[in-house]
This record gives sequence, structure tokens and C-alpha cells, in this order.
Amino acid sequence: MVRAFHRFPNPSAQRPVSVTYIDAIRAAQETLLRTDPRVFLYGQDIATFGGAFKATKGLSEAFPNRVFDAPISEDAMIGLAVGAAIEGMRPIVEMQFADFSSIAFNQIVNQAATHFYRTGMPIPLTVRLPSGGTPGSGPFHSQSMEGIYAQYPGLIVLTPATVSDAYHMLIDGVGLDDPVIYCEHKFLYRWLKAKSINGDHLPIGQARIIRPGKHATVVAYSAMVHEAVRAADRLQQDGWEIEVVDLRSVKPLDLDTILASVARTGRLLALGEAFPWGGVTAEIVSRVSEEGFHLLDAPPQRLNARDTPVPYHPKLWAAHRPTPESICEALRKLLTF
Amino acid sequence: MNHEFSGKRLQVSHSVSYAPRVPHFDLQPFTDGVVKNRDFLRSVFQSMLRARLLENKLSSLYKAGKIVGGVYLGRGQEAVSATLGTALIQGTDFFAPLIRDQAGRTAFGEPLIDCTRTYLGSAEGPMRGRDGNIHRGRPEKGMPAMISHLGAQVPVIAGMLFAKRLQGTLEGRVGATCIGDGATSTGAFHEGLNLAAVERLPMVVIVGNNQFAYSTPNDRQFACADLVERARGYGIGGFSVDGTDLLACASVIGEAVKRARSGGGPQLVVAQLLRLSGHGEHDDGSYVPSQLRSGHYGRDCVEIAMRQLVEHGLATANEILSWQEQFADEVQRAVAQAQQEAAPDPYLEEWSALSTVFPIPQHSAQ
Repeated sequence: MVRAFHRFPNPSAQRPVSVTYIDAIRAAQETLLRTDPRVFLYGQDIATFGGAFKATKGLSEAFPNRVFDAPISEDAMIGLAVGAAIEGMRPIVEMQFADFSSIAFNQIVNQAATHFYRTGMPIPLTVRLPSGGTPGSGPFHSQSMEGIYAQYPGLIVLTPATVSDAYHMLIDGVGLDDPVIYCEHKFLYRWLKAKSINGDHLPIGQARIIRPGKHATVVAYSAMVHEAVRAADRLQQDGWEIEVVDLRSVKPLDLDTILASVARTGRLLALGEAFPWGGVTAEIVSRVSEEGFHLLDAPPQRLNARDTPVPYHPKLWAAHRPTPESICEALRKLLTF
Repeated sequence: MNHEFSGKRLQVSHSVSYAPRVPHFDLQPFTDGVVKNRDFLRSVFQSMLRARLLENKLSSLYKAGKIVGGVYLGRGQEAVSATLGTALIQGTDFFAPLIRDQAGRTAFGEPLIDCTRTYLGSAEGPMRGRDGNIHRGRPEKGMPAMISHLGAQVPVIAGMLFAKRLQGTLEGRVGATCIGDGATSTGAFHEGLNLAAVERLPMVVIVGNNQFAYSTPNDRQFACADLVERARGYGIGGFSVDGTDLLACASVIGEAVKRARSGGGPQLVVAQLLRLSGHGEHDDGSYVPSQLRSGHYGRDCVEIAMRQLVEHGLATANEILSWQEQFADEVQRAVAQAQQEAAPDPYLEEWSALSTVFPIPQHSAQ
């Protein structure tokens, strides 16, 4: 087990090794399998094949009888995880794509999410959702489901945007006694790199100011954090200092950090990749309006994907989701209100 | 008889006794002659009778407007349900009862007070007013609480067994759940049973085919001649049984449980019967044709069982009468106790769906 772990970055070593976001997810699962006998992995093609995105590569060999291929039965996969959690295990279920979790929706929101409130017994299962769009993925391999799951009581919804968070939040999430929806962004899998998986290790539920500024606040999460930073870089050339808040978890929502930022800047743009009707950005604008109306110098704004299915062609896809260009445009309107 | 009825007012739900009423029965002799299993059959019948008397009372309370929410009875399905519950070992096995399993719950060891507290809205029941009627359970006792979405408990039982395999303690255990003919049409049933078959888990799924899913008859529910045909498709064991016949149920369900327990993989049992009440007590079941009601499956399994017990010398009529008195008294006590308990208080309610308390304190530096 130790042998396998050393093929991947050792968190205690400060070697200048490039670690990708998906390396961090794999390393977190390896750490969990090594340190917690209650953990097992369950998902389609995740054993010998190592998963559609290789997030579990080599783990079934390193940890025999801890990593299992599941039939294409998302409902039953979560049902099994609920049952196993009742009997003391900590299952991590990989949905091949977040989009397919719609088949497991009933078990997630009605079985797992209601269990603690109804019976007093929490269900410590983690569902990994490979989320968000990539070019050419189309309507059924691109969805962002965090807003839907956050709507339901009884779920913790995590949306890591950095390599370090991908690692620590998966480990911390599995350590929680409640069901965790871990939304990992597919676009970040291999694009996002860091020197190590060490980073500031914030507790789940605490947002991070990823870039300080004083003229406007962008609240973002997951891949959109990076698009927001790009937009902020561009606006900096015009003298605007944009503060970017990385939510890290959309539920619980760290309203204190958001309000403190809005208090500094007086302007809010809530940014997300999900569909525009309702959802995380609507929740942020709504809460800031309720509790921080007096802090605002301009109407709070939202920027989301368009209100259509996620299109297949890269040119359409790039225009469907928020981009640095559209974020800059939204921010300029906000800044000049 | 049971110490939960000793007169001492129970303060917290955890103090409820959940010990099985009966010792585990060796199911070996079923193939030789079911009537030899005197203690088993008497125990099954006692759970049937307890459930029937309890449900008669629930029906009256519903009509008197004393019940919070709906009432869903298992009249006509007691032989199947109680046989399964008796064949299972509480503390070792897992049982996910569904809507018509009062008898199975009782047989598995659920005290009557859990039922009356939940139906009557006592804050001290296992669901504390947070869920009602048949949606109760004690997952820590191997009996998960059903959700209303049919078929959903099939993979949950599979998961409980899967956990025991990973923990190295699966040997000798069985997990079981009951569903109706309607639930066999759900994706969850198919996914769960197929998964259990792939993992070759020691699972028993009992389909109580009561001919109607709410009001929808079998011929609008499935097209195969008999639901048991599906067992072959899943690669699992399949049995058919007359669900109105206690001796047949004991023989067939006993065998299915035995096979699952001894490594034979999942077993599907399809019991033919008729629901002797509406879907719920709000429903008069007028869509059930009278020829079905007066036909073979319209007969009352409790009466049949009573006759079988007497006929085979397994119990005397006087014994059964005394049981009836004793159980009616138990029911009365369970109702009375739940009725005098407080309803949940919205001001004292912990309005949290999570066990985790946020904010989580800052971690120490890694």
C-alpha cells in the first residue's frame, strides 16, 4: 500500500513536482483507503480500468477488495452505499459523470439526505460528481448539479477549485458523518496544476479570498474561480481591483466571508457555470440582498450559463458558459453603475 | 409479558426493547414436513395475530380521526410477512419492511409501541414525529426505515450485506425485503436485484402479489405470466407460494431464507394473495372485483392459519383464544401509552438535517 502511494506526491514532501487536480483526487482516495478501513470505492469502470478519468488508477491493485466495479445502476449504487453506511462503512461512489446522478437522484435526496433527520443515524457517504463542461462533451456529459443538490436539506455540497482543496476537501468530506456531494470539475482535471497538494487547509464551510481587491467582489466556485481570476487580471490593466471569493463549498455557504468582501467593495457579481434559473448564484444574491443590502452600491448581479442544454460544439459551448470576456463585460457594467 | 409494557413510562425511545420474541429456528426440517416445526409455526401465527389485532385497532383509530396521516394495513398478507420476519434473526439479519409488513416487523422484534407511537404522533417514537406510519425503522437494529419510493430498499439491504462482506462478518447472515407487485415495475427493483445477483449476496426479496398496485391490476403492471419468471433473468433462485397458506409460506419462505443463508445467493419469492383492505384506510378498494374477493386468494390467511394450527395439533382453540386476549391487551396498552405521550414540540425541535455542526473549527497546521 505504501509502495503504491509513493508513486504519487507525498503530502509531507515539498518536492517541486507538478500535481494535477485529478492527481489530488486520486491521492486523496489513496490516503483514505490507506488510513481508514471503513472507506471503499464503488463506481462504474473504477477497478482495474481505473475510472473513465483515471481518478482511481492503480487503487484496486494497491487495495484489493476495497475498489469495486458497479453495474450501470446509479440508483442501486447509491442505495448500496446507504446500506453500507448504515452498517458502519464510508463509501465513496464515483458517478462516471455528474449528469448520470439524475438516475441516483432518488436515493441521494430521499434516502441518504433524509436519513439523519428521520432516524437520527447519519449517512457518511461521499458521491463524487465529475462536473461541468469541457469542449465537445455535449448536453449529457457537462452538467453542473451542485445547485440541485444544495436545494435539498441533509446534503453537504463541495466544489473545490484548487489542487490543494481537491485533496483536502475530499479527505475532510469523507471524514464528515453526513452525505457529501463532491463536485469535481472535469475541465480542471489535467489543466490545473500545482507544485504540491499542500495548500492552506481551510475547514469545510469556509470560503477563501483567492484574490484581494476593492472595487467589486466576484463570488465563484469550482472552475469559474479561474475564469474570474482571468477576468480580474484583465480589468487590472484598466485600474480595477477585483476581489475574487472562492466559495469552496456551496453548502454550507460562507455568507460571512461574502458579506465582509461586499462590505469592502460595495459591488457583487455571483458567478456560476450552472443553468441560470435559481441555483447557487441566485442564493448568493438573495442572501446578500437580505442581509447586506446596506453594503451595496449597485444592484447585485449574476452570471451563469445560458438557459439551454449545454451544447456540443466547442464554439457554442464557449459561448454558453461564462468566459473571461463575458465576466469582464458584466463587471464593467457593475463597476460603472 | 414484555417489559416495555410493564407500566413504567418510557422516557426515551432508545429504552424500547427490541429483542426478538422468539429464539432462532433451525430451518433445516422444512423440506421434510413443515408441520414438524411446531414452535416456528406457533411463533409465526402469534405475530400474525398480534399484527391483525393491532391493525384492526389502527383502523378504528383512523376512522375516529385519532391518527396523524394515513393508515396502511397488511390484512391478508400476514402469513407471508410474519413467516419472513420469524425466519430472520434480529441482531444478525437485516429486514427492510415495506407498507404491509406489520406482521413481519412484529416477528422481527419491533415492539408494538414503536408502531403506535409513530401512528399516533408521539414524540417518543423512533421517528419522533419526523416521519409517520409505516415509514418507521430502527436502522441500528438491522431494520432500515422505508422511504415511499418503491423498490428503493432493495439496494439498501444489498449495501448492508455488502458492508458485512467487507467487514468479514457476512457468513450466516441474510438480508430481506418485501415489496408488492407494483414495485416490481420500478427501476430501483431491477437495479437493486441485479446488483445483488452480481454480488451474489445472501438476500431474499419477497413480492407480495396482492393483484393490485393501489388500484392498478396486474394486467396493467406486467406482461409475464408469473413474476417469478424474472428470477431466471436475474440468475437467482425463484419460488412461488400461496400467500394465504401459512404452511406453504413456512415451507417456501423458510427454504428461500435457508438457501440465501447457506450461500445460494439472492432468492426471489412471489407470494400470490389478495389485499383484504384498501390501499390505505382512506380507500375502500371498490375496484377489486367481487369474484376475486370470494375466490381462493380472498380467503383470510389468519383464519386459515388458525385452522391449520388446530388441525395439525400445533395449538388448541383455547390457546389461540388466550393469545387473542393477551395480544388485544398488549395492543390496548401500546395505544394507551402512545396516546398519553406528548406530541413533538416545534419550539424544541432541532431543525437540522445534518449531524455536522458548522462552522468547523480551523484545522491545526498540517
